[in-house]
Amino acid sequence: MKKTFIDVIVKYTKEGNKIPLEIIWTDSRKFSIDKITDIKKASSLKSGGKGIRFTCKIMGKKVYLFLDDDKWFLET
Amino acid sequence: MSKVILHCDVNNFYASVECLYNPEIRNKPVAVCGSTENRHGIVLAKNYIAKKYGVRTGEATWEAKSKCPGLVTVSPNYKLYLKFSKEVYEICKYYTDRIESFGIDEYWMDVSESIVLFGNGLKIASEIRQKVKNELGVTVSIGVSYNKIFAKLGSDMKKPDAITVINQDNFKEKVWTLPVNNLLYVGSSTRKKLNSFAIYTIGDLANCPLKFLIKHLGKWGNTLWNFANGYDFTTVSKIDYVSTIKGIGNSLTTPRDLISNEDVKVLIYILSESIGERLRNHNLKGKTVQLSIKNTHLKSIDRQGKLNNYTYITSEIAQKAYEIFLSSWNWSENIRALGVRVTDLIVNGVYTQLSFFMDDNKREKLESIDFCVDRIRERFGHYSVCRGLILTDERLKADPAHDNIIFPVSYFRNS
Repeated sequence: MKKTFIDVIVKYTKEGNKIPLEIIWTDSRKFSIDKITDIKKASSLKSGGKGIRFTCKIMGKKVYLFLDDDKWFLET
Repeated sequence: MSKVILHCDVNNFYASVECLYNPEIRNKPVAVCGSTENRHGIVLAKNYIAKKYGVRTGEATWEAKSKCPGLVTVSPNYKLYLKFSKEVYEICKYYTDRIESFGIDEYWMDVSESIVLFGNGLKIASEIRQKVKNELGVTVSIGVSYNKIFAKLGSDMKKPDAITVINQDNFKEKVWTLPVNNLLYVGSSTRKKLNSFAIYTIGDLANCPLKFLIKHLGKWGNTLWNFANGYDFTTVSKIDYVSTIKGIGNSLTTPRDLISNEDVKVLIYILSESIGERLRNHNLKGKTVQLSIKNTHLKSIDRQGKLNNYTYITSEIAQKAYEIFLSSWNWSENIRALGVRVTDLIVNGVYTQLSFFMDDNKREKLESIDFCVDRIRERFGHYSVCRGLILTDERLKADPAHDNIIFPVSYFRNS
């Protein structure tokens, strides 16, 4: 799968943390993130890259959302 | 109590990072090569598949391709590598405050004082190994030992993604059986010399009488003998340790051979501009200018000369370097690479001897011009302003001050 960067609506907390709320797919469909179950640094061998990995639940499905240098990409 | 020292080495650093970012080439032989057009066309790093075909670091790209026809060559992305290097460093920093980097992808860590917190050397090593693999997607091999030299040997023994422990009980069977050129600072000529004395392994070297070695190798004999016996007590410097700068220099392999004095002049000015800028940034002035010239057969000579006064003025450095060049090169051969270096440094502002025969008002003006150029470049980019001379050949244009790359510094910088 090709690595695609996507638009993300992010909440900045007062502590300076970034919490992704909604992702906007390349065809401009929007998906809200229901739940974040885990946040840690990790590499993405599937898409190629590394960064801070948010384990998200979107429409009941578990996906990995990566933040690398202020750019977001999804590993499905 | 003996020390616990780790040496952490990222496996095939450049190639691993490229493979991580480009999954499609991960199962192919990959080599990171410099640009062939600019004649930096050598293999800088390769992955394990390419290694199997016999591709070696440092050989020309065409050579590697003839050995391994399907070789994927990638051009290097130093910015990304530096980022990774920093991230590995950050992981190591979690365990100790004594970390010393050796090049871009190797670190020594002294964890003697952290084992109370984290267990033992092996445990820390395996945590680091696991963390780097999970968080960064590249692998490291780590050597655990009681001195820096054996730790480094250990990290080279098992690759990739592995840990080797060398302690006082097992170093004889682990280290002494290795060929002598595995030891740090035994290069090809020292190896030949040692081999001629029937010293083939590190054990041979360790068991050789010290007097004999000193007689034939001088001071180095002593050092190497200590290395081989594990009597290396150099410390790992602290993370905030900044070594004093002894000289500032730049060198460049040109896209085409230099064939005339004019060519050389252009290049000397390019290098001097970079050096001048760096000197001014560090607020240092230098008095000695060194020039190294490499011909097309990769033979090089070094010459140096003294300036009348300490300076960071670009034109003074360049003029001196050019003067040295004119008196030391007879154009029996063309030139492939040039390097200029300024040493004998002092901090700007220290009182220095003035001269009757130098126009100090003019020098002050030259300094202001240089600072002005620096500021313009800082705001609008390096190529926003340049000397007319440099426009004579667009292909030679370069910005060495900002395309700079780090090389391993000497092992003995603390002593």
